[in-house]
Amino acid sequence: MPQIMVEDLRKSFRVAHRRPGALGALAGVFRRTYREVEALAGISFRVERGDLVGYVGPNGAGKSTTIKTLAGIMVPDGGRVEIDGLVPWENRIRHVARIGVVFGQRTQLWYDLPVIESFDLLRDIYRADRNTYGKIRDELVEMLQIGSVLDTPVRQLSLGQRMRCDLAAALLHKPSILFLDEPTIGLDAVSKLAVRDFVLRLNRNEGVTVLLTTHDMDDIETLCRRVIVIADGKVLSDGTMGELRQSVSSERWLAVDMGDGVDLIDEPDTRVVRRDGHRIVLAFDPRKTPPSQIIARICEKHPVRDLLVENPPIENTIAELYSRRTA
Amino acid sequence: MSACLAMLDARIRVLLQYRTVAVAGIATQIFFGFVRVMTFTAFYRSSAAAHPMTHEQVISYIWLGQAFLLLAMFGVDNEISEMIRSGTVVYELTRPASVFWLWYSRCVAARIAPAAMRAIPQVLLGWAFLGLQFPASVLALLMFCLALTGSVALAAAISLLFTLSLLRTISGEGISRMGPALVFLLSGIVVPLPLFPQRIQPILNALPFRGLMDVPFRLYLGQMTWQEGVLALAQQWGWIVGLLLLGRWLLALGVRRLVVQGG
Repeated sequence: MPQIMVEDLRKSFRVAHRRPGALGALAGVFRRTYREVEALAGISFRVERGDLVGYVGPNGAGKSTTIKTLAGIMVPDGGRVEIDGLVPWENRIRHVARIGVVFGQRTQLWYDLPVIESFDLLRDIYRADRNTYGKIRDELVEMLQIGSVLDTPVRQLSLGQRMRCDLAAALLHKPSILFLDEPTIGLDAVSKLAVRDFVLRLNRNEGVTVLLTTHDMDDIETLCRRVIVIADGKVLSDGTMGELRQSVSSERWLAVDMGDGVDLIDEPDTRVVRRDGHRIVLAFDPRKTPPSQIIARICEKHPVRDLLVENPPIENTIAELYSRRTA
Repeated sequence: MSACLAMLDARIRVLLQYRTVAVAGIATQIFFGFVRVMTFTAFYRSSAAAHPMTHEQVISYIWLGQAFLLLAMFGVDNEISEMIRSGTVVYELTRPASVFWLWYSRCVAARIAPAAMRAIPQVLLGWAFLGLQFPASVLALLMFCLALTGSVALAAAISLLFTLSLLRTISGEGISRMGPALVFLLSGIVVPLPLFPQRIQPILNALPFRGLMDVPFRLYLGQMTWQEGVLALAQQWGWIVGLLLLGRWLLALGVRRLVVQGG
C-alpha cells in the first residue's frame, strides 16, 4: 500500500481584484470584487515507502500548496489525502508527529537562541525520549557537520549553515516522511552538495520517504528517481527521469571539440544547438540516426579533438513541458 | 501540555535577555510615575471632599501600576505577528501540539518575563524611596499574589485575542494603537478605578480589565474585604476561561481558512 495517497486534490484561493486608477481603488474600499484562482485543480499521485520524489513546476504551479496540504497546514477544498492511513488536516497532531518538514525560505529555529537550544526545545515539543533523542541528534550533527555551530545563535548563521541546522531540526523526532520545499534555494555550491548528499543518504540508509520541490534541476537529476511535473494545479507528467525525457523529446546532444580552423559542421540529421569557440553542440534523434553513424561521419570530415554524447539539460526538457501546456 | 511548558520556559529564557530594554523601561515608568503622583497630589490638595481612597493609597496604587504596567500594555504579540506576517506560522502548525496552547504559552511568557524584570526592581525602589506602602496584611499579600497570577493569565488571554485578529488583518498596527489606550483607562492605570464616578462603577466591575490591575492593587492595599476579594478572583478566572474559549474558537476558524502565501 502506498505511503502517500493523493486523489483529486483541489484548492482555490479568492484573490481581491483591484480596479485600476484612484477611483477604482476608492471603489474597492466599498465593494470588492474577487477572482478565484485555482491553485490545485485535481492533483493525484501516490508515493511508495522509501521513494525519493521530485515535485517540480513553474512558480505558482501549486507545489507549496500541495506540500502544505500534505503537511496538514492547509485544508483543501476537495479531494482525498491519506498518509500512513491518516488524513493530515483531520488528524493533524498525530500526523505531524510522524513527518518532518523544511521550508527552504523560512526557518523553524528560534532566531535568538543557540541552535542546540532550539533542538532541545523541539525535543520537548515532540516529547522525544532523552536517550534516543541524544543519539539521533549526534548522528545528524555528524552527518550534516554542524557540530561547530551548535552554540551559535541562529541569527548569526550563514544560509548554508542554517539550512543544514533546519534539516537536522526537521529530523530530530525521526520522521518516516520528509517534505522539503525548495531546500537548496539560495545556497552556494558547497552547501547545495552537502544538502543533496545528506538527503540521498537519509533516503538510502534510513529509508525515509522524501518529497521535494525545487527549481534547481541539478537537485532533481542527482536526487530523484521519480519526477512529478505540475503546472496550473495539474499533473503534467509523472515518471522516472528517463520517461520524462522521452515524453518530451528523445533528442540527444553531441558536443564536438574541433581542431583549429573549423567553425562549421553541416551534418544532415543534426541541428546546431550552440557554438562557443571550438565547441559545437549538435542535437540529433538517436532513433533516426544512430550516434555511431553521426560520429563516424564527423570524424571522417573534420579534425576532432574530443567528443561527448549527453542528454539535453533537464531544464530544456522541463521548459519544453511547461511551454506545451499553453499550446 | 509538556510541549507548552517547554515553550513557556524557552520563551522566558529568551525574553530575559533583553535587560537594557527593561532598564530603559523602568526609568520611563518612574518618570511618568512622578508626573502622575504630582497630578494626584494637586487634586487631593485642592479638594476638601471625602475620597474613596486616601492620598497615600492613591500614591501606592500609582506606583504599583507603574511597576506592573507591562501586564496591561497590550498590543499584538510581536513574535506571533511576525510569524503570521512572514508565513513562518507554517512551522507552528507542524508541531504535534495544540497551536492554541502553544501560542497561549508564548503570550504568558511574553507577560511574565518583561513584567518581572521591571516590576521587581520598581517595587523595591518604591518601598525604599517612592512612598509605596507595604501590603496591608499577610492575607492581603497572599490575595495580591493570587490576583497577580490571575492577572498574568488574563493579560495573556487578552493579548492572544488581540493577536488572533491578525488572522484576519495581517497588520496589527491598528489594534496595537487602540488596545493600550482602552485597557489603560479601563484597568485603572490612568485613574484608579475607585475614583471613577459611582454611576459607571457597575460597568467597570463587569469588564475583565479591572482584573489586570485594579483587583490586585486593591487587595494589596487592603481595600477589599476577603469576601469581596474571593468574588473578584472568581470573576477574574471566569473571564480568563471565557476569553480562552473565545480564542480557541477564533483560532479554529482562522486555521480552517488559513492561506500561507509563497514558497
